[in-house]
Amino acid sequence: MPQVMDKEVKQGVQQDEPIVKYENICKSFGDLEVLKGIDLDIMPGEKVALIGPSGSGKTTIIRMLMTLEEPTSGNIIVNGKNLWKMNKNDHLVRANDKHLRQIRGDIGMVFQHFNLFPHMTILENCTTALIHVKKMEKKEAEERSMKMLEKVGLGDKFDAYPSQLSGGQKQRVAMARALVMRPQVMLFDEVTSALDPELVGEVLEVIRDIAKDGEMAMILVTHEMDFAQEIADRVVFLDNGVIAEEGTPEEVLEKSNNERLQSFLHRFRNGNGV
Amino acid sequence: MNWKWDMFFDAFPFVVQGLWITIALTFASYLFALLFGFMWTFLKRIPNKPLNWLVTWVMEFIRSTPPLVQLFFIFYAWPMVPGIGMTLSPFTSAIVGIGIHYSTYISEVYRSGIESVGKGQWEASRALNFTRWQTWRKVILPQALPPTIPMLGNYLIIMFKEVPLASTIGVTGILHMANTYGAHHFRYLEALTIVAILFLVLSYPAAVLVRKLEEKMNRRFDKNEILKEDKGVVM
Repeated sequence: MPQVMDKEVKQGVQQDEPIVKYENICKSFGDLEVLKGIDLDIMPGEKVALIGPSGSGKTTIIRMLMTLEEPTSGNIIVNGKNLWKMNKNDHLVRANDKHLRQIRGDIGMVFQHFNLFPHMTILENCTTALIHVKKMEKKEAEERSMKMLEKVGLGDKFDAYPSQLSGGQKQRVAMARALVMRPQVMLFDEVTSALDPELVGEVLEVIRDIAKDGEMAMILVTHEMDFAQEIADRVVFLDNGVIAEEGTPEEVLEKSNNERLQSFLHRFRNGNGV
Repeated sequence: MNWKWDMFFDAFPFVVQGLWITIALTFASYLFALLFGFMWTFLKRIPNKPLNWLVTWVMEFIRSTPPLVQLFFIFYAWPMVPGIGMTLSPFTSAIVGIGIHYSTYISEVYRSGIESVGKGQWEASRALNFTRWQTWRKVILPQALPPTIPMLGNYLIIMFKEVPLASTIGVTGILHMANTYGAHHFRYLEALTIVAILFLVLSYPAAVLVRKLEEKMNRRFDKNEILKEDKGVVM
């Protein structure tokens, strides 16, 4: 059963309202039921790690928040506003593009396969949304982006194209691109899974750095158990489309008696050695 | 063999008079096809089953009927269609006829370009909160169109070679001029040879140019790995 965490104790002073609230979310792809009633609250600034076997629906959870998938039923509330439904003549109807755009501006995402824009330089990758979506002056956008690129250790690459970078560097650019938009919630979708093992460290280092800044809520779908343990305030274990276990990293990764979780962790630690 | 050089030199300036009509018609119908091709591509992308079915069927119909028949229809039959029919000049009929016919092929070129842009690019655009229009303009088309340039160049050459069809409805391009010259002098050999030479002289360098362009694009693609970008690592 999902347990309620006492965030006041864990994070110091916190707002009471969750920034993201999943209410009984179900999602099916055709006949396949991927999520079977997910209830999950994310507090402002909270770092949540989603773990679970592949096919357990963890990526789908964050993709629905980024509006890349539509839930089959249930509500996702962001900052008190219903993401996938809107009011029209006192009726809740399916959200249109405009409604989705208004809400998803507070959310950012980093993808497994980076999805950088290959026809733009590294700097342009970062500035393009600032200029065209946030309507920021080009000069200001470039200053902000350069600062962010330096923060992720790629200030000298601003002129390069994505194809000239290593996987780890691409992923760091992707993070800079998402971060300059200053989202309140940042989603990480298995961001190290597509990387060569020796490049994973540099990417985790940047995430660690971002997490330290604190204000931004983060939801990480990850297979890096040690990393999840290190930076997450809360770990959520998904199995068969439901939340099978959740709690502090210690509670979930070390003290849980959940058999499915045990076997998952066991397989994981033996198989991957991560 | 009774080839006569004096006939050749006499016919040459006469036939060449039609050259600019041939070239103008090529570019005009090409432009028409490029624009109409866009229309087909976007109509097909509208998520509406009956509309898609209709558009697909209309395109299939246009592709499966000979351009010559379409040309005749537009020029001779269209004016008699009640309500929407109107008389078009031979030149305009040719632009519309050849243009519409090739727009269905060019639409496929656009489609392949658009589909070569990975799903990840759409998702990244969404995550950065671009509008649909911005996504097309800033992200998708700049990646989808450059690789189609060689194919589009090929269609320009193909259409150049189709344009003589218009002489059948009286467009005074080089073929028409040669025919006129031949009818006047009861000799077609030299005049038609000139037509062949003109087509060769113009389309061969164009074909070489397109091939060069294609090689250049391919190199650029290897370098930028645009196509590989989204496929990611197989796990």
